[in-house]
Amino acid sequence: MSINHRASPFVGVLEKDPKISLIGTLAMLVEAPGAFDLVQQGRIWALADVVSSWPNVEEAVVGVTNVMLTFEQPPDDIGALTAELIELWHRLSPRNSDGKLIEIPVIYGGELGFDLPALVARSGLSARDVIRIHSEGEYTVCAIASSPGFGYLHGLDRRIFMPRKTVPSLNMRAGSVTIGGMQTGVAALSSPNGWNAIGWASVQMFDPQRQQPSLMLPGDRVRFRIDRIEL
Amino acid sequence: MIEILTSHAFNTVQDMGRRGARRFGVSTSGVMDPVALAAGNALLGNADGAAGIEIQTFPFRLRFQADVAFALTGADHEARLADAIVPPWWCAQARAGDVLTIASPRRGARVFLTVAGGIDVPAVMGSRSTHLRAGFGGYDGRILQAGDILPVGAAPGAGSGRVNFGAEPADVAIAAARPADDRVLHLRVMRAGEHDLFSKAMQATFWSTTWKISAQSDRGGYRLTGGKLTLAAPVEMRSHGVVPGVVQVPPSGEPIIQMSDANTAGGYPKMAAVIQADLWRLGQASPGSLIAFSEVSYQDAVAAMTPVNDYLAKLRATAELYRAL
Repeated sequence: MSINHRASPFVGVLEKDPKISLIGTLAMLVEAPGAFDLVQQGRIWALADVVSSWPNVEEAVVGVTNVMLTFEQPPDDIGALTAELIELWHRLSPRNSDGKLIEIPVIYGGELGFDLPALVARSGLSARDVIRIHSEGEYTVCAIASSPGFGYLHGLDRRIFMPRKTVPSLNMRAGSVTIGGMQTGVAALSSPNGWNAIGWASVQMFDPQRQQPSLMLPGDRVRFRIDRIEL
Repeated sequence: MIEILTSHAFNTVQDMGRRGARRFGVSTSGVMDPVALAAGNALLGNADGAAGIEIQTFPFRLRFQADVAFALTGADHEARLADAIVPPWWCAQARAGDVLTIASPRRGARVFLTVAGGIDVPAVMGSRSTHLRAGFGGYDGRILQAGDILPVGAAPGAGSGRVNFGAEPADVAIAAARPADDRVLHLRVMRAGEHDLFSKAMQATFWSTTWKISAQSDRGGYRLTGGKLTLAAPVEMRSHGVVPGVVQVPPSGEPIIQMSDANTAGGYPKMAAVIQADLWRLGQASPGSLIAFSEVSYQDAVAAMTPVNDYLAKLRATAELYRAL
């Protein structure tokens, strides 16, 4: 159920409104209209930056072309809040992928990149081509979600897309460099994981004791560098 | 200090949860029954959010290494302190060396032990809750084991006040949406984002089914059985933030309610969300028990918190009077 149905259409609409819906009384989801693209993602970042300093907003949680607001207390006037968010959505300029550049040295293949042979077989490319394509890309951190410090990276070359596994690997090491569908990522925790491991990097993605606990933040850019290849 | 003598799986140190860190992918954790934790802390004169021990496997035994006041709230259970019975929803004084034994609840799933001054493990990212999946917070980021020694904070008022009094249990004092007739827990929910994508027939199934909480349920989420909710055409959802209480429908059609240890993100269609005023009751529901949903408006969901807040405020005020006697 969306709470911002328009009662009547009006003339001169250039662009659809975001979909706004409640998840209980303490959370509200704002979803950008249209297909995924980095411009819409940039508008979500810009919106999140502004609303996180609004009174009663506990935090703005960025997702993939959406943002969830959580509240200290149930807002008094949902209608007014919704209208304000829609107005802001149309007014704000997108934030660019202007975060820091994170370079991650990767040991491709080998014991911890145990799914590389399967990706080679699926893609019809050589292992060296898969590694070259992955390491030549520049990726954008769309959101941090799912586990502490785990970045949703956009920008994977479609030649090396690979569906997630139906049966997760039971204990994938933190630092595993993975491909899941059309995304790539770096596992932040050692845990069961349905993505395909193609290598490993000695980076700590998350440290709860750090002032800034997550290495990656939305809007950062990521490059993977070949540290070593083990075939 | 408190020494754990017997603890089976999944007993942890928890407070009201780690707020404001979802944007780093960090789920809130925190107690499954925040009313019970707040009540225990109110009995002792602690701040509402002081950390306690959430006990969900039994028996649980510990030894107090110093004199300290403690309270037991949550599920209706039996406890003994040095062979004297301690009633549930009660605060009592432990002497150094006393052993406390907590038996399986007669009703409810989780017992909360609070101590004057709170369980004083280090706060990580602003909370003492255990984040089990990432292994931080609480006691060394893990479940409690025999031999663990938990620090106790300095008591407000130095434990000089009177103890040995109790509170009316929250589920008795606060009227539910409907009495739990036929052993079915009635939960009030608000519709969520994708409710209207389901056909009228599927919506009717959701509202009319008596759902069973399956054995595959834990602090992360409850899986429900008893019906299947399917969409005419699959919906592709992009990954987005979710909160405890959200009722999601995965492709299998059997709903999942996210709970305290839920992932920060989800991508399944959202049918509904259990309102804050009833989520703590769900936190006391055991696998195998039955639940049913009824719809409330936003305004009614907000208003439903008034009796909960009033109950806690009255309990705190009464406990202060008793402690001063």
